[in-house]
Amino acid sequence: MSLTVRRPGRLVAEAAALLIAAAVAFPLYWMVLSALKPSGEIQSTHPRPWTLSPSLDSFRRVFEQQDFGRYFLNSLLVAGTVVVASALIAFLAATAVTRFRFRFRTTLLIMFLVAQMVPVEALTIPLFFLMRDFGQLNTLGSLILPHLAFSLPFAIWMLRGFVRAVPEALEEAAYIDGASRTRFLWQILFPLVLPGLVATSVFSFISTWNDFLFAKSFIISDTSRSTLPMALLVFFKPDENDWGGIMAASTVMTVPVLVFFVLVQRRLVSGLGGAVKD
Amino acid sequence: MTVNSTAYKTRPASAPRRRPASPARRPGWTPWLYLLPALVLLGGLLVYPIYQLGLISFLEYTQAQVSGGEPATFQGFGNYSALFGDSQFWQVLSATVVFAAACVLATLLVGCALAVLLTRIRAVPRLALMLGALGAWATPAITGSTVWVFLFDADFGPVNRILGLGDHSWTYGRYSAFALVLLEVLWCSFPFVMVTVYAGIRAIPTEVLEAAALDGASQWRIWRSVTAPMLRPILTVVTIQSVIWDFKVFTQIYVMTNGGGIAGQNLVLNVYAYQKAFASSQYSLGSAIGVVMLLILLAVTLVYLRLVRRQGEEL
Repeated sequence: MSLTVRRPGRLVAEAAALLIAAAVAFPLYWMVLSALKPSGEIQSTHPRPWTLSPSLDSFRRVFEQQDFGRYFLNSLLVAGTVVVASALIAFLAATAVTRFRFRFRTTLLIMFLVAQMVPVEALTIPLFFLMRDFGQLNTLGSLILPHLAFSLPFAIWMLRGFVRAVPEALEEAAYIDGASRTRFLWQILFPLVLPGLVATSVFSFISTWNDFLFAKSFIISDTSRSTLPMALLVFFKPDENDWGGIMAASTVMTVPVLVFFVLVQRRLVSGLGGAVKD
Repeated sequence: MTVNSTAYKTRPASAPRRRPASPARRPGWTPWLYLLPALVLLGGLLVYPIYQLGLISFLEYTQAQVSGGEPATFQGFGNYSALFGDSQFWQVLSATVVFAAACVLATLLVGCALAVLLTRIRAVPRLALMLGALGAWATPAITGSTVWVFLFDADFGPVNRILGLGDHSWTYGRYSAFALVLLEVLWCSFPFVMVTVYAGIRAIPTEVLEAAALDGASQWRIWRSVTAPMLRPILTVVTIQSVIWDFKVFTQIYVMTNGGGIAGQNLVLNVYAYQKAFASSQYSLGSAIGVVMLLILLAVTLVYLRLVRRQGEEL
């Protein structure tokens, strides 16, 4: 390909790419910058793209005024539980639909696909009554269980490619060497599929971590069980938004996801390629 | 859901080219054992709620039934005729469709263009663009929304300052508010398209592209006649995913337009259903809106399945 592109054209393309990269990154830069600005500079009608006197006041306000640390831990607990449980359950299910031929296999696959399309937000109403009937309102379980269930169809669908890529000869060899099915599953197949599990976990982590609707609907009276999105909204006040607090809270909420992404980004790209090519 | 499955029964479930391995030949109960946790969760928290959603949409279900203990009475299609008789519903529905279509188009155009751009540049600018995109992708919808609202804030935002718009409010007008949300949605959803399409282009053998270039094809011609057809499976996945995501936008609208805009001018179906159910306690109307959404997305899914089948992909 590079043969066909002449040098000046490439330089223009590279300059455009750098400009676009800067524009795409700008909102995140502005978020962190505003979180660090002293309140006088944020309330200025002449915002500057830098600050000479960074302060942690906004962060301090976020962590002191609200029960923010607890919300953070709640969010982490919910997302962490969903990621681990979803990876294990989806791994088992993906193994079932790729390594075995059985009746209704294709029907199940299609149902997993259709299930991905279900607008889960529309299910807030029945889920609310379900959680109420089981006494789960205001508990973290009311967030963990639905997110776990909703992350499964996509995770199973994505993991199929990874499980299928493990040669069947390997499986036969393991059985010939006397390994049991369980042993093959956890000691051979699981480590080989792990990169795929990581790519998948990004999606379940993000959808859970970002959840706003369920947190808003199911955690109604016990604020000690709130998660980060709700805590963020506290700083929105009619006509006098505390932008410093909002930006600091947003930063605290965004950073874990960024860290998670950076950790898994290489596997994410190859994982997506694998799942889509499949 | 079982309606479409019958269409697939005619497909050869075990094509001769894919001989099942020895443990697969007599699977017995093992696959069902592996599937059990997933099926239990999906049954309890997805299938059953869908049934409940449908049920509630046919009942009279308001505050009196929820907390007053009054019996829920069967309404037949009463909720639906009330909904379809409401001009606001049609307004929200058309706004949702147009908004989702605009988001999908913008996301696909930008995502594909940048994916092609990524293939033309050296490693350092490519890494920069990738990192910026990953950052936007990773940003939670709610913080993305707060940041974009702040960027376009009438008093303290940098955008109005740069454009010299004074204290012009972006969320006041219906279309400018939708445009602002569209920008945010584009910002956080183009990276998925870009990264996926880029991975797809990289998977195309370079000889094919070089041969086309040697034959004198222009860059646009190569994209249209070689790259795009080879990418079609990926483009299908990406398009459908975008349709589904953008049709269901909730957080951005809710946060950026403060629950649906002035007098509900920026409502989309998802937010509309939420407001009906949880703000005005009309749970049955909210459920009816949910059923409408479900049916629309089901239709999209069926189209997708047909496309996948036509491409001869094996499930």
